[in-house]
Order: sequence, then C-alpha cells, then structure tokens
Amino acid sequence: MFPFLRLGPFIIPMASLALLAGLWAALPLIEREAARLKINSSTLSNVIFYSLLAGLIGARLGYALEFPAIYSSNPLSLLALTPTTLSPSAGFVVGLITLVIFVQRKQLPIRATLDSIAPGLALFMVFVGLAHILSGDAYGAPTSIPWAIRLWNEYRHPSQFYETFIALTVFLVIRERFPKPEGAGLNFLLTIALFSASRVFLETFRGDSVFWPGGFREAQVIALVIMAISLYWMKKWMNLDSSPSTEGSRSITE
Amino acid sequence: MTEASLKSRKNRWEILMMVSLAAGILWTLISRVPSAVSAPLSSSPSPREGFLAPDFTLDTLDGNKVTLSELRGQIVVINFWATWCPPCRLETPALEKSYEQYKDSGVVLLGVNLTDQDSVSEVESFVQEFKLTYPILLDRDGSVSALYQLRGLPTTYFVNRAGIIRTVLVGGPMSETFIRSKIEALLKEVQ
Repeated sequence: MFPFLRLGPFIIPMASLALLAGLWAALPLIEREAARLKINSSTLSNVIFYSLLAGLIGARLGYALEFPAIYSSNPLSLLALTPTTLSPSAGFVVGLITLVIFVQRKQLPIRATLDSIAPGLALFMVFVGLAHILSGDAYGAPTSIPWAIRLWNEYRHPSQFYETFIALTVFLVIRERFPKPEGAGLNFLLTIALFSASRVFLETFRGDSVFWPGGFREAQVIALVIMAISLYWMKKWMNLDSSPSTEGSRSITE
Repeated sequence: MTEASLKSRKNRWEILMMVSLAAGILWTLISRVPSAVSAPLSSSPSPREGFLAPDFTLDTLDGNKVTLSELRGQIVVINFWATWCPPCRLETPALEKSYEQYKDSGVVLLGVNLTDQDSVSEVESFVQEFKLTYPILLDRDGSVSALYQLRGLPTTYFVNRAGIIRTVLVGGPMSETFIRSKIEALLKEVQ
C-alpha cells in the first residue's frame, strides 16, 4: 500500500491520483466508442465533463446541507479542497440527473450513448481497484489462506487485488464485446450487471462490510438489486428490439 | 440473422440471466454472517477509519497523564503537530475555537506534540502564543506517532464515543468549518 506521496510541503493522496488517471484513460475510450456508434463524441465529452462537474458541486453542497449552520456562517468553506467534505451519494444523484438532462437536451440517442460509456466505465473500475490497492481501503476479511496479505495489523484476503483482477476481466469482456448482446444499450447494462455480480461475489471477502439484520451484507444486497434491475432491462430491451416494429433500432450497435 | 436464430439466441441470454441471478441470490444467502449484525468483522486497533484507535498514555505539558482508552464515551479529536510545521500553526486557532465551542458537549481535543522532533520550551511558547486551553500531550520518544504510522504533519483523527476512528485527515491546515462538521457528525451518531 502506498497511500500518500510527499512532494515537499504537499501530501498527495495516491488513490485520488489513481482515480484521476482512470478518468484520463477512460475518456478517450468513451470518445472512440462514441465515434464507432456514430455519436458526436465531442458533444458526449462535454456532457460527461459537465456531469462530473455537477457531481462534484452536488457532492460538496450535499455535505454542506448536512451542516447548514456551520456552512452558512462560513460559506467560503464550500470552495475548500478537502475531499473528506464531499457527499458521494449526493454527488452521484446530481451527476446522474445532469447527465440525463444533457443527453436529452443534446438529443443524443440514450441507449447508444450508454453503450459508448460502457468500456470507459469498465476501465475506470480497474483504476478504482488500483486506488484501493494504493490506499488500503476496501480491505479484506481476516484469513489464514496462503495468499493472505498483512494489512492493518492482520493477515487478510487481498480483496483489492481480487477487485482489480475481476474489473480487468470485465473490462476485457466489455471492450471485446464478448459475448455480444444484440441491441442498443445492452452492452452498458451488461457492464452494470457484471460489476454488480462481481460485488455480490467479492463482498464476501471484504472486512469492512456493513451488516443488516439477519447477517446480510448491505453492499451485497444492494448489488444484487442493481444486478436484477440491469438484467430485467436487458430482457426488456431485447424483447423490444426483437419485435417487428422496432427491428431497425438494432442497427445502432451493428 | 434469421428470426429463428435470433429467438434462440435471446432464449440463451434469458436462461443465462436467470441462472446468474439465482446464483447471486444463493451466494448472498450462504455468505451471510448471522452473528455480525452491525459489527465490524475486525475490531483490532489500527490507525485508520473504521478501526479502534490504538491506545496510548502520554504526559501532558502541565504534568498530568492522559490515556486514550479512559476517554471512551467521549468524542476525541487527536491532532498530531509540531511547532515547526507551518500548516499546524495555521490550523491551531481553528482547533482552539472548536474546542472552546464543544468542550462542554463531551468532546475532547488532544494536541499530540512530536516532542522527539521538537522542544518542550518551543511547545510552551507556542501554547502561550495561541492561548491554547486544550490538553497538549508530549510524545517524547515518538512511540505514539510510530503507533499511528504518521505520514505527514499535521494529521488529525476524529474518534467516536466507541473509540472507532471515523475520519483521518493527513495534511492541513483544517478549517474551522471542517473541524466543526466532523465533530457534529460524531455528535449525531447514535450511541
């Protein structure tokens, strides 16, 4: 683990650098896939940029809304560069809403647009795994298996390595479009379903799980629900594409 | 692609999806940990978020002793600092102000000085200069900074009433808003 890099007076969190590198690597891939699917790649890049920006602003405002009295007495703190004063859930919701609004306003085909995001998203998830390797977050449960790693005072499952390896596998599957589901939007849904399935599997080896009554792991249940929704929509879009009236929509990915 | 082969391919996909979902549900059921409701799988001390804060006992500048584990039940902010560290100097007024505001709400602030890299006389001058009222602890041999695996100064740990570290901030300076929001979050936690 290599959580921080000291550069003179500055302390740089390596996980943040890995995530930035992930964005840097994912965006060209998204543009390339957009071009292949005949979507205006520069428009899509702008949409993604504004969604990320809105997500960042939403994350800070979401955090500030949890402590309105504190932030109203010092509104300039909204501009602070501290990543620990961000609300990831608020950021995700605001970013997603912004993405949907922009896609509609720019009249981008939603399903094909989602497909163009899929390989970039899968590659970004590889960097999320690398960020966890660097920071030591998402650590494994204590174990005595031969390949356990010593981390945080105990021998643990190398859950960050499992995560990175599976993300890399999903990325290769999605990039190579193998197995290729027939129809626009299905590659994106397959990406979400595969990552959800991997979380359902990998959560078992995590040491930082939050448990619900009955001993269910929170992340596992949420991932299972997301997986079910993705598969349901895959089935729905497959049926839609195989009906005679919408046969032409398949051509978007072909 | 003919309609028949398209239908056959769609059927294969549907079977695969159903099997995957069933496997996911089965795996979730068999990997439950009934005894671990709302409890971490590991409660060994480690200087990171989600773990018990490693225990220590240190002398204070005014000659008393403070043991972290004896503060269980209170919110503890542990700030590692040194007089020669510029961001430490910058964040000290915000720390003092926050301490003044929350000390009667069950919040303890411990300023752990890296005395092995500093001097007691410098620490005394610093305390007078900033009119500090929170306890200043002297890590004379660097054992506590080693225990907390410090990677830079200042480093601050926000510890909840159960002794679990909730936030770690490496580097600074912290703003008063940041400190107060982290303390308020800990005050909101259900005991």
